Amino acid sequence: MVTGHGRIERIVRLWLPVGFFLVLALFPFYWMAITSIKPNAELYNKSVMPLIVHAPTLKHYVDLLSNTSFLVWTWNTMLVAMVATAISLVLGAMLAYPLARMRFAGAGLIAMTVAAIYLVPQPLLFIPLADVINRLDLGNTLTSVILTYPTMLVPFCAWLLLGYFKTVPKELEEAARIDGASRLQTMRQIFLPLCTPGFISAGIFAFTLSQNEFLYALIFLTKSAVRTVPVGVIAELIRGDVFYWGQLMAGALLGSIPVALIYSFFVEHYVAGLTSGSVKG
Amino acid sequence: MLLDREGVFSWLMMTPPLLFLAALVGYPFLYGILLSLQDRPVAHAGTFVGLKNFMTDLRDPIFWRVTVNTFIYTGAATLLKMVGGLCLAIAMNQNFRMKNLVRALLLLPFIVPTVLSTVAWLWMLDPAFSVVNRLLVAFGWPKPGPSWLGNPTLAMISIIIINTWRGLPFYGITLLAGLQTIPPELYEAATIDGAGGWQRFRFVTLPLLRPIILIVTLFSVIFTFADFQLVYVLTHGGPQNATNLFATYAFDIAMGAGQLGLGASVALAMLPALALLIVALTIYMRRG
Repeated sequence: MVTGHGRIERIVRLWLPVGFFLVLALFPFYWMAITSIKPNAELYNKSVMPLIVHAPTLKHYVDLLSNTSFLVWTWNTMLVAMVATAISLVLGAMLAYPLARMRFAGAGLIAMTVAAIYLVPQPLLFIPLADVINRLDLGNTLTSVILTYPTMLVPFCAWLLLGYFKTVPKELEEAARIDGASRLQTMRQIFLPLCTPGFISAGIFAFTLSQNEFLYALIFLTKSAVRTVPVGVIAELIRGDVFYWGQLMAGALLGSIPVALIYSFFVEHYVAGLTSGSVKG
Repeated sequence: MLLDREGVFSWLMMTPPLLFLAALVGYPFLYGILLSLQDRPVAHAGTFVGLKNFMTDLRDPIFWRVTVNTFIYTGAATLLKMVGGLCLAIAMNQNFRMKNLVRALLLLPFIVPTVLSTVAWLWMLDPAFSVVNRLLVAFGWPKPGPSWLGNPTLAMISIIIINTWRGLPFYGITLLAGLQTIPPELYEAATIDGAGGWQRFRFVTLPLLRPIILIVTLFSVIFTFADFQLVYVLTHGGPQNATNLFATYAFDIAMGAGQLGLGASVALAMLPALALLIVALTIYMRRG
């Protein structure tokens, strides 16, 4: 039975701290959302109480979609994220499968190398990479980022998949081998279908990391028609000292929705991957 | 059949991804070292100058400012994330309704593209219309409130807080998973032995969480140390280089001033510290 004393203790021990963290985590998104539906007269009037919307309007969304290339950026972002994720899952699995299942000379070294590459942050590589992209004449093409995003995503997917592959029991594969299946057949027809959850987990992470990428996109994509959402929003809605706050917040909100949506569908996979101790913060 | 030998099969399968990584990580890495030894204006051929770029860095007061900034930023943000994340994990390690929903919501700052949430913070700290300041003033702070991104010290504090805001859920949820693996019997035994709340935390929780804390912290340190986007959006390294980090300064020199060689040398200045961290974490990940 909950006594009055117990209820107060529960408020202090549970709801006060959890509530604090929730408000802290969510307020910027609340502020983003209400800014995006406030008319300018309200946004830039200091005598109006700011925490609620008095006269909601969709004007910023209309302006964003009609005056900027936001839809093009969204399409670019999706395309790049999907292709880069697909490439990374395939190449990542090609690294992870031998490391998880085979015994061969150099396996330890390869595993170390993959882990180390996974931890190399982009700012260490962006200057030489910019020059490489220039020499390949890939500046201002989506190919430039489709090629470079997997440099972070392949080691990442390989590492996450390696962890998953090791948890799959070997018996089915051994049975298939005894029945005369080749190694490639065993891998493709027996093993990989068993690993679907691992691929979903790695795929979601790779997809959100692609959506989040900024530095390479900023350097390689300087024309509006090829930009991704983060770069488009920063480069084209902040012009000199003029900020279009309503449109900026509308763009930030719309740009966050695909990731948030995918995340909400697969949140358990996401948390499982996150807590397996192999995801960057 | 030859293909059926484990070694042959493995190396054949790994060749495409390894070639890819060699071409787009290995080569650029080595080429970056070469660039740092060149005077290399953008769109011109480079000339070899030995260690001149690094000597220029060492004599550059901004470079030293950037070094100090990067260490302060990394140290303070990591400490805040660690302590805050531990508090978050302990608060969440209780049973209540809609716990999974709350956990999902708490992770949002970590999920949403950093640049987009950082723009929201930029607006929240706007010099004229900052909602943070309007709330402070409403609670009696003298008008107009702090100049969050205009004052050098406050700007550093601001980027540390916002980096913490973004990274804290990752810490919290990972540590929460760690807490849930601690068997309740250990706490019961400690209680029977007369341990109080603090002692249970100090002698049961903390030692058992240490491996997870270590691995999360190494991850966090590496990517805070090399942070770019948050600072680029909020301050561009200003005011007066007060928030300039290695990554943003290297970007300014290479992309802004077009000095690829000098920029590469600034980026490579991160390497000793990063290499240490990466080697430590790689060894640790291999063991675990």
